[in-house]
Parts: sequence; structure tokens; C-alpha cells
Amino acid sequence: MKLTLKIWRQKNADAKGKFVTYDFDGASPDMSFLEMLDALNTKLIKARIDPVAFDHDCREGICGACGMYINGHPHGPGKAITTCHLSMREFKDGDTIYVEPWRAKAFPVVKDLIVDRTAFDKIQIAGGFISTNVGSAPDSHALPVEKSKADEAFNSAVCIGCGACVAACKNASAMLFVSAKIAQFALLPQGRIEAKERVQAMVKKMDELGFGNCSNTGACEAECPKEISLVNIARLNREFYCAKVSP
Amino acid sequence: MTKLDAKIPEGPLAEKWAKYKASAKLVNPANKKKLDVIVVGTGLAGAGAASSLGELGYQVKNFCYQDTPRRAHSVAAQGGINATKNYKNDGDSIYRLFYDMIKGGDYRSREANVYRAAEVSNDVIDHFTAMGVPFARDYGGNLDNRSFGGVQVSRTFYAKGQTGQQCLLGTYSSLNRQISQGTVTMYPRREMLELVIIDGKTRGIITRNLITGEIERHSAHAVVLATGGYGTIYYLSTLAVNSNPSAAWKAHKKGAFFANPSFIQIHPTSIPQLNEYQSKLTLMSESLRNDGRIWVPKKKDDKRVANEIPEDERDYYLERRYPAFGNLVPRDVASRAAKERCDAGYGVGKTGLAVYLDFRDAINKQGEKAIEAKYGNLFELCRIITGINPYKDPMHIYPAGHYTMGGLWVDYNLMTTIPGLFSIGESNFSDHGANRLGASSLMQASGDGYFILPYTISNYLADDIKTPGISTDNQEFEDAEKSVKERLEKLVSINGTQTATSFHKRLGEIMWNYCGMSRNEEGLKKAKQMLKELKEEFWTDLIIPGDLNSVNQELEKAGRVADYFEVADLMVDDALNRTESCGAHYREESQTPEGEALRDDKNFSYVAAWEYTGESKPYILHKEELKFVDVEVKERSYK
Ligand SMILES: Cc1cc2nc3c(=O)[nH]c(=O)nc-3n(C[C@H](O)[C@H](O)[C@H](O)COP(=O)(O)OP(=O)(O)OC[C@H]3O[C@@H](n4cnc5c(N)ncnc54)[C@H](O)[C@@H]3O)c2cc1C
Ligand code: SF4
Ligand code: FES
Repeated sequence: MKLTLKIWRQKNADAKGKFVTYDFDGASPDMSFLEMLDALNTKLIKARIDPVAFDHDCREGICGACGMYINGHPHGPGKAITTCHLSMREFKDGDTIYVEPWRAKAFPVVKDLIVDRTAFDKIQIAGGFISTNVGSAPDSHALPVEKSKADEAFNSAVCIGCGACVAACKNASAMLFVSAKIAQFALLPQGRIEAKERVQAMVKKMDELGFGNCSNTGACEAECPKEISLVNIARLNREFYCAKVSP
Repeated sequence: MTKLDAKIPEGPLAEKWAKYKASAKLVNPANKKKLDVIVVGTGLAGAGAASSLGELGYQVKNFCYQDTPRRAHSVAAQGGINATKNYKNDGDSIYRLFYDMIKGGDYRSREANVYRAAEVSNDVIDHFTAMGVPFARDYGGNLDNRSFGGVQVSRTFYAKGQTGQQCLLGTYSSLNRQISQGTVTMYPRREMLELVIIDGKTRGIITRNLITGEIERHSAHAVVLATGGYGTIYYLSTLAVNSNPSAAWKAHKKGAFFANPSFIQIHPTSIPQLNEYQSKLTLMSESLRNDGRIWVPKKKDDKRVANEIPEDERDYYLERRYPAFGNLVPRDVASRAAKERCDAGYGVGKTGLAVYLDFRDAINKQGEKAIEAKYGNLFELCRIITGINPYKDPMHIYPAGHYTMGGLWVDYNLMTTIPGLFSIGESNFSDHGANRLGASSLMQASGDGYFILPYTISNYLADDIKTPGISTDNQEFEDAEKSVKERLEKLVSINGTQTATSFHKRLGEIMWNYCGMSRNEEGLKKAKQMLKELKEEFWTDLIIPGDLNSVNQELEKAGRVADYFEVADLMVDDALNRTESCGAHYREESQTPEGEALRDDKNFSYVAAWEYTGESKPYILHKEELKFVDVEVKERSYK
């Protein structure tokens, strides 16, 4: 395949970035998108040009490290997949492909396609846990959980923390990400005890970190590789409201 | 010669751990606050240890090379995690899990450690449940179990195909709680590049900040390595691409013995390599073999598409060779049989390095719906990656490097041969012998981190309470930092023409061909020579663009590849030394007339712990004799 790649290059957080065009004819439809970038990088390295930096690790859609804007979509075209699962079969010979990092105030660019997502960790540190010490747990069956609730909690818990929801949102809101964790714990009896403090602390931290407000456009849900549903946001709002009226 | 002392407590097997805990030395809360512990790794083992130690009141510094602890490779585990709850009332017990692990490991692991791992397994599940890990439940609201890895009981807890993710995110949440309380300080995007030893005790590490390139000194009263496995030695493996042995290797070169380095499990059902640029192999769960039939064409180089090959021209080689077990033979056997067919020229797909896993008969019999309910997500994954629709055409599969049973040698305290250096999770060698049973690694990593290490490290630190905070302003740190810098500079100054990845690929190929699923003396000796030559080429023709003082992913890779060469060399030595076949280690010279693995208990019932003696100097082999008191050593047979 012959491709024209327009890739965002930025030396570091302080440098000014720009699109650089690469005419690249070393792609094959069998490659994943990241393997295509690997191949481009091999070419660049041999030409003694700094390769394109991007985050990645598991390369099987579960660690959440990868993520870039491809032709205007987080994780590129294709529904419910991460960048590492994006196949070059989705593209045609002769295509021009734009590749950019996530754009959000709370996710500053580190280099090229790498952004700093520690804001996500900070939100989780603010309250994304159930306070229980090692060794103090009762037998697992001491507290049965309705299967439907457990399944729903699981569906929320599969968020991989990639940040595509923030990147997709015109306000750069982190609501989908935050709501997934809130919902997971709100649905489980073990999580109810700290539910009020948790939602307030996490939302407060989210606001402090410069994420935008949620205006219910649903772009996050549409681009989320793990199909985290907007229902989670509704649940967060409910939890937040309840915590406010009866703290 | 140092004598290996595993420090196994006296007394009956079932009482050892309880006795140990009852008599272990303790550190009072006021003193804990003054003691620093470094934990490298944020997988189930590392993050579990960091949060548990934080809860106890130690000052913990936790490191990982990912941008956040939540991405440690544990996140990728699929199938499940074992515990001996016996919720199914099907006869499970601590002893039975212990027995299954000892036997599954082909009698090459240490009884006392394995028993303890089984013993704490229930605590692990209870703790995860309390932390809100959404394990699968039945309609009564109780936790569900499935059977896994061919054992006779259902003891595997799971969260769909994302058990590792859910367990890791639970562990990450407990870590976050400690970070919020100030007991744990998190250092992401740091790579440990050296260990610091002062007066014979481990006192710190040197890291590289992967964003700024800064070389940093971190001190502590003790260091815990929870740095995972090195299946990536084959380049292509089911592991995350950045998984690597470097941390353990640096420790090894500072005096920690490395045990059974050549014991690496090869998983039979991975999606095969599709192109030369491929960087990673994706696992297809073992459960698929319950319904899929594995075959290759009877004719060599048959270019017809699978569905055009008539029934009588298909070779269902597992069913043919192992009529009793058929497609359900153990992992090692299935892997070797696939390799045998492909090497003989019967492989399928573009590369000829694949076999078919066919669901045609199962779909005809059970209907597409039933198959979709069981394997829908895996079929979809297969379609995304390969473009093959397994409902219509057979999947292509091939074996892939998966799990390292070998690792740093540790005693019952999980301490290495360097005082104050501990190793937990996949990075140590202790619980899986020559072969790991499914769903027992998440269990071991969590058990080590949450429930075992906190006791054993306290026992160690109790003697160190008078030692004030360790300064980094001394000769030892100075020297360690200097050696790290020199090595990095050496790497970037080679200024050759070949990339780190290209060397890794070639190294992986050598290891895969000669020290992979099947090994023999001639091949291993050849590999040793080839590795030596390739290593020389690496050190003269490597190219790394960019500089030392910023994000430089090529530099990161190159440093790891440099270590791979040394690990590979030791792996080959280990495989050469062990002239028996056991578990994943198959020496062609040691097989039964039917071609099955043949153990040699008389000569090899030991853990091979290797001591580093210096650059290009021969290793010293230390043997930890394995004594089996509570199980009877038998032949592992599938007939
Ligand atoms: C595809 C796949 C599926 C699996 N499925 C199962 C399963 O179903 N059940 C099961 O029981 N097991 C399974 N396993 C095995 C299991 O996932 C691992 O053995 C286990 O998770 C290892 O955990 P760990 O904590 O020891 O290490 P890891 O989770 O690998 O964590 C290693 C940590 O060390 C850090 N690190 C490493 N080196 C350095 C360094 N130099 N500097 C700083 N940080 C460093 C990393 O950043 C990371 O945080 C599977 C494995 C694979 C590959
Ligand atoms: S909610 Fe979806 S898009 Fe957002 S971080 Fe989680 S997985 Fe990624
Ligand atoms: S690299 Fe892990 S999700 Fe893509």
C-alpha cells in the first residue's frame, strides 16, 4: 500500500508542533495501524530521523496505552476498537491519513502522539476505591450480589482509561470515564458505604483538573472502544445529586 | 560456594505458614513509618505489595515504566484466577490445588511454597470481592466458577474474558487509596536500570525518567522486584510488547541467583504471525479447544482454501496421535505437535506457520448460536485481527511464548540471594515448576503481593529498625549511577545501521528455533554461537536516533535488547545442562519411544540456580534439591 501520512510531530511539551508529511509505501493490509507506524519508524530511524513517538504496550486492546486521533476519530475509523486493533484493511491504497495526539487541556502533549494522562490517575486517587484493608474481608459469599447488578457493574468496569472519550468531546469532558467508575461501585453493595463521598470527591477533582463540562452530545459513547454507555453518566448525575441533597 | 538455603519452616506442610506467621518478627507502627520500601512493578504482585505495605504503615515508593500503574501486563490476563473455595462442593481443597500445581509443574517446584500459594488463594478472592471486583455471579448472587486447564474441579473465578483487567483495576484502586493517604508515592514512566547494594544489603535503585531522561537515585531499606516475565525473549509472544527481563537481570548481575531460566511455557493457541512487521501475538483462549478441531492438509504445500479440502484429505493430527485426549492434550504437547507438522511442511496460511482450528463440526452439531454464546468475543477478536470469520472458515493458530516459570531464585521468604532484595509474582521462579497450570499465575502474583510478602519483609525489616533513612549521597549510588550513564552513552554512541527491534527479532528467532518448544544439544550449541555473533553485531552496528535527555523509545528498547542477549545465553546454558525433558522443557534426547517427554528424577530433581561471576565468565550452577514428602512423584501421562 502507498500512503500519504500526515503526522503531528512535536519535540516536547514546550515545543510548537506541526504536521509532517511522509510518503510511505511500506504498508500491507495485514498490518495493524501500530505496525504500520513501526514500519514507518524503521524507515525513519535508518534515515537517522527521530521516529514518531507513541504510547502502546499490550497491543491487544486491553491496557489502554495506545490512542491517537486518526482522520478525525479517536482510535480511527471502526467501531469499538482501540488503535492497536485497527487494521490497515480499513484503508485503501493511495489514502491520505491524518494522525494526531489526543487534544485536551488536561492531557498535555509529551511528545508527538504521546500525551500526559496522569489527570485520570488523579481522579481515581481522589476516590476511585472501596476502603477495605488487606486481610479484613469477609468470605465472598457473605454478601450476595444480584447477577444483573454484577453484570452491569462489570460493563462499567471494562473502561481501559484510554482517554478517547475526552478526546472525542468538544468540551474535553471526562464524564464518561469518571462515571464508569462511579457506576461500577454504586451498583455494588460493597461500594454503597462511601458512595456519596466518592462521587463528590471524584467530580471535584475532575473539575479542578481542567476537564470541560458534559453537554450530552454523546460523542464519547460513540468513540469509546469499550462501548461504555451514557447510562453511566446518568447514574453519576443521580449519585451526585443525591449526595448533594442528602449529604 | 554459597549453599542455597530455602529456609523452609519445620513442621507439617499444612502448618508451616501458620507457624511462620506466628513466630515472624514484627515492626511496631512507629518504626514502620521510618522504613522505606521500594517496589518495582505495578502488576498484581507489585501493586498488591505496595498497597498492602502502605496499609501497614511503611513508606513505599512504587515504580513502573507505563504512564500509569493500571496498564501493567497483568491487565491482559483473560481466563481466570484460581482459589480453593470449594463453592461447587466438588471436592476441592488446599491440598488438591497444591497437588495439581506440583503435578502440573512436572515435579520441579518447591512443596512448601506451592502449598502456601494455594493456602492464601481464598484470601485473595475475598479481598478482590470486598474491593468491588465484579467477578461473574450466578442467579443466586454468588460467585460463579468454571473449570480451567484440564483439572477435575471448578475452582476458577472469572470476569468474562477480562479477569486480569478486573483484578488489576481492583489492585490499582487499593494502590490509589494508599497514594491518597500518602503512604505510597507513585513513580510512573520510570525504568529501573540498576540495583544499589551497600554493605551487602539492597539499599536502592537507579532509574531513568522516561520523559526527561534524567537518571535518578532512589533509596530504601529493602527493594521488591515485581517486574513480570520475559516471554518476549522470543520477540513474538502473547506478552505486552514492552515486557522485559531487565530489572531481574540487573539484580542477577549484582548477585541474585537466576533459577530455571529456560522454563518458558509456550501456549498452543495464539493467532499466528501475519507479516514480518508483526510485533505481538494475540492469545486465543485455551477453551476453544473444547469445541474446535485442529488439523492440517494431508498433502504438503496444499494451496487450496480450507473449505475446499475434503474430509479424507485432512489430518486431524492430535486426534490421530493422541486418540484418548485428542484436541484436549496439555499445552506443551499440543504446541510441540503443531510445530512438528509445520516443520514437516504441512503448515497453512501465507507463512506455512499455522494450523487450522475448525468449528465447522461444532457449528453443524450445536448451531451457530450456541457457539457464539461460548466464544463470540474470541471469534470477533479473530475477525478484527486476521479478517477471518471463524463461523465460516477455520481459525489459523500457532504456538507462542507465554509465561516464564523461571526467574529470580527466592527462598521461603521470597527473598533472593541478596539480603533485602525480594522478588514476587512472575519475576520469581518459585511456584510453577517446569509448567504452569492455567489461572494460577494471577493467584500467585496476588497472593505474593497482598498476603505473603508483607509478613516476610517485616520479618526482615525488624532487624533494620535502627537504620535511619538511607542516603543516596554515597559512593555506592555514585558508582551505580555512573555505570548506568556509561552504558546508555555506549549504546547511543555505536551509531551503526540496524535498529534495536531488528536485533530483537533475530535473537527471538534463534531462541524460538533452538531454545523454544523443542531443544537438542546440537541446536543449543549452535544457538550459543549464533547469539554470540549477533551480540557482537549488536554492539557494533546498532542505531539509536535522538538523545539521552528526552523521550527516546529506541534507547529504551536497545537497553532491553542488550539484556536479552545475556538472558538468552543463560537460558541456553540452562537448557543444555538439563538433559532431561520436563514440563515445557523438552529435550529431544530424552523422550519415550512414543515421543513423549521423559523426566530424569534421579539426576534432575533440583532447581538450577545460576550465579553470575562476571562478564564472559562461566556461570556457577547451584542446585536446590527438591524433596517431595507430601506427594508421590509420578509419571505425567496423557494416555
Ligand atoms: C495473554 C495472557 C493471558 C494470561 N491469562 C492468564 C489467566 O487467565 N490467568 C492467570 O492466572 N494468568 C494469566 N496470565 C499470566 C499472568 O497474567 C501474569 O503472569 C501475571 O499477571 C504477572 O503479574 P506480575 O505482577 O508478576 O507482573 P506484571 O503484571 O507483568 O507487571 C510487571 C510490572 O513491572 C514493571 N516493570 C518491569 N520492569 C521494570 C523496570 N525495569 N522498571 C520499572 N518497572 C518495571 C512494569 O511496568 C509492570 O508494572 C496470562 C498472561 C498472558 C500473556
Ligand atoms: S470511557 Fe471509554 S473512551 Fe473513556 S477512557 Fe474509558 S474506555 Fe476509554
Ligand atoms: S496497546 Fe494496549 S490497548 Fe492498545
